[in-house]
Amino acid sequence: MIVLGFLLQTVRIAVPFLFAAVGGVLSERSGLVALGLEGFMLGGAFGAVIGDFYGGGAWGGIAAGVVVGVALAALYALCVVRFRADQVIVGIAINLLVIGATRFFLLLAFDSASNSPRVAGFGEAGRGLLSSLGNPLLWLGILAVPLTAWLVHRTPFGLRLRAVGEHPEAAESLGIRVPRVRTLAVLLSGALAALGGVYLALEQHQFSDQMTAGRGFIALAAVIFGRWDPARAGVACLLFAAAETLEIQLQTVSVVPSQFVAMIPYVLTIVALAGVVGRAVPPAALGKTATVAD
Amino acid sequence: MSRATGVRRASLLAPRTRALLEEALVPPLVAILLALVIGDLLILAVGQPPGQVYRLLLAGTWGNAYGLGQVLFKATTLVFTGLAVAVGLRAGLFNIGAESQLAAGGFLAALVGLALPAGTPGLIAIPLATLAAALGGAAAGAVPGALKARVGAHEVIVTIMLNFIVLALLNYIVAAHLHVPETLHTPEIHAGGVARLADLIPAFHGSAANLAILVAIGVAALVGWYLFRTRAGYDLRAVGLQPAAAEYGGVDVGRVWLRAFLISGALAGLGGVNFVLGYKRYYEEGFAGGAGFLGIAVALVGRNHPLGVVLAALFFATLSQGGLAIHAVVPKQMVEVLQAVVILAVAVTVPEVRRLLRGSRGRTDA
Repeated sequence: MIVLGFLLQTVRIAVPFLFAAVGGVLSERSGLVALGLEGFMLGGAFGAVIGDFYGGGAWGGIAAGVVVGVALAALYALCVVRFRADQVIVGIAINLLVIGATRFFLLLAFDSASNSPRVAGFGEAGRGLLSSLGNPLLWLGILAVPLTAWLVHRTPFGLRLRAVGEHPEAAESLGIRVPRVRTLAVLLSGALAALGGVYLALEQHQFSDQMTAGRGFIALAAVIFGRWDPARAGVACLLFAAAETLEIQLQTVSVVPSQFVAMIPYVLTIVALAGVVGRAVPPAALGKTATVAD
Repeated sequence: MSRATGVRRASLLAPRTRALLEEALVPPLVAILLALVIGDLLILAVGQPPGQVYRLLLAGTWGNAYGLGQVLFKATTLVFTGLAVAVGLRAGLFNIGAESQLAAGGFLAALVGLALPAGTPGLIAIPLATLAAALGGAAAGAVPGALKARVGAHEVIVTIMLNFIVLALLNYIVAAHLHVPETLHTPEIHAGGVARLADLIPAFHGSAANLAILVAIGVAALVGWYLFRTRAGYDLRAVGLQPAAAEYGGVDVGRVWLRAFLISGALAGLGGVNFVLGYKRYYEEGFAGGAGFLGIAVALVGRNHPLGVVLAALFFATLSQGGLAIHAVVPKQMVEVLQAVVILAVAVTVPEVRRLLRGSRGRTDA
C-alpha cells in the first residue's frame, strides 16, 4: 500500500513535467531552444482557470489553456523563426511576460494579487490520491510520452523534425520547409506544455501567482538529462518526481534538508552536460539562428 | 577615376556613422513605442486615461527627490547585473546566472560584515565586504566558466540550473544557521555599512539610494576601459566575435571564456553591495528579486556597451519604480509586462535593423 501510494504520488507530480518535457523535446529536436516552457505552462494554468471559471468547466479550462499555450508559442515562433531573434532572449522574455501578464489579469479578473477563486476541475479535492485517477489529463500525460516517441522516431514529420534540428541546410536542399517544421514543432510544444499547466491548475482547483514554480525548467532539465529522447526524458521526469515525492513523504523525518532534494534535477543535468557519465550532446543546430532563407 | 573613388569614400563615411547610430538607437526607440502602445491597451483595459497614468509614472519617478532616489537605487543593482551580462556577451557567452551570482555576492558581503567586529572603520570594512561580494559572484561564475572551457558544456543551461542550485543552497544556509527567528534574513551586519545618499543630499531622505551608485559608475568606466583599451579586453571581444579566428591568432579561447565568466560573476556579485551594505544591512532570501534577469534586458537594450548599460539600467529602474507610482490606479504588474515587451521588441528589431542596413549597401560591414 505504501509502495502503491508512493508510485501514484510520483505519477501525479510527474504529469506536468511529462507534458512540458515532451513539448521541450519536440522544440529542441527542431533546433529551437525550449526556454519558454515555464511561460507556456504558467499561461496554460491561467487559461485553464479562466476557461473553467467562466462557465466552460474542466473541458473549457483545457481548451482555454491550450489556446493560451499555442498563442504564446506562436509569439515565440514569430520572434525566432520569422524575425530570427535570439532564442534565449526571447524565451526569457516570454517567461517574464507571462509572469507579469498573469499577475495583471489575475488582479483584473479576480481582484487578487495571489490567487483565483476555486474552480471545479475534475472531481472533488480532498478525496485522496485516487481522485487523480479520474482526471483524463493524468492519462494523457502518461500517453504523451510514447506518442511523442512515435511521432519523433516513426513518422515522416519526425524525420523532418530531426533533419531540421541537425542540419537545416541539408534539410532545405531536400525540399523541407525549415521554418514551417520549426513553427509546427514549437506550436505543439506550446500546447503540450500548456496542458502541463492546465493539469496543475485543475488539480489545485485554482490559479496562484507563479504556480508553476520552475517546473518548466525541471522539464527542460529532464529533456537534457534524457538526451533529447522522448522516452528517456519521460524516465527522467519520473525520476525527478520520485525524488520530490520522497522529499514530501520524508518531511516529518527530515533526514535531508528539502533544499537539497530540490537541487537533484539541476545537479543531475549539470553532471550530464559535464559528461561525467556519457556526454549529453544536443541537436547540432540547436539555438543557432536560422541561416536558411524563409 | 580617383575622383570617383573619392566621392564614393565621402558618401560611404557618413552612412557608416549613420548606420552605427541607427543600429544603436532604432531598436530601443521601436521598443519604447511598442511598449507605449501595449501600455495604452493595458491602461484602457483597466478603464483609466493613459496620458494621465504616464504623467503619474513620470511624476513618481523623476518628478520628486524620493522617487528619483528609488530609481537610482534600483538602477545601481541593474548596472552591475547589466554589465555582468554584457561582458559575457562580448565574449560570446550568455550568462543567465546573474541572479544567483548577485545573491551569492550579497551573501558573502553580509558574512564579512557579520564577521568583522562592530568597531571596524568603514575604510577597512567596506572594501573587504565589497571584495567578498565580487568573490561570491565570481565563485558562482567559475562553475559555468570552467565547464564551458573544459568540456564545452552549454553555459545557458548550466547557469539556469546553477541559479536554482545556488539559491537553494543559500536559502538552506540562511534558514538553517543564520536567520533571525521569524524572518528570512540574517542579523544586521556589524561593520561595512555604506552611507545613504540622503546623508549628503537631505532631499533624498527616505529613499534607499546609497553611495554604491558611485561604485557602479566607477565599475562601468572600468569595464569600458578593460573591454576597449586593454589587450585582454581585445582578446575577449575577439573570442566573442570569432572564437576560431581568435584561437588561430594565438588566443587561448578556453582561458578567455573562464576569465570572462569570472569577471561577469564578480560584476553581478558586486551588485549585492547595493542592497546588503547600502540599504538593509543584512542578507535576505530573495533580495535579488529578478534584478539578475533584468540584467539581460539591460545589456540587450544597452547594446553591451557600458554607457548603454548605465542608460538602460536607468530606463528599467524607472519602469520598476514607476509601477509603484501608478499602483493606485493601474496594477503595478503592468510594468512587468512592458519590460518583457521592450525585451521582445529589441530582440526582434536588432537583427532586423542589421539586415536592413546590410541589405541597403551590400555586405560592407563586418
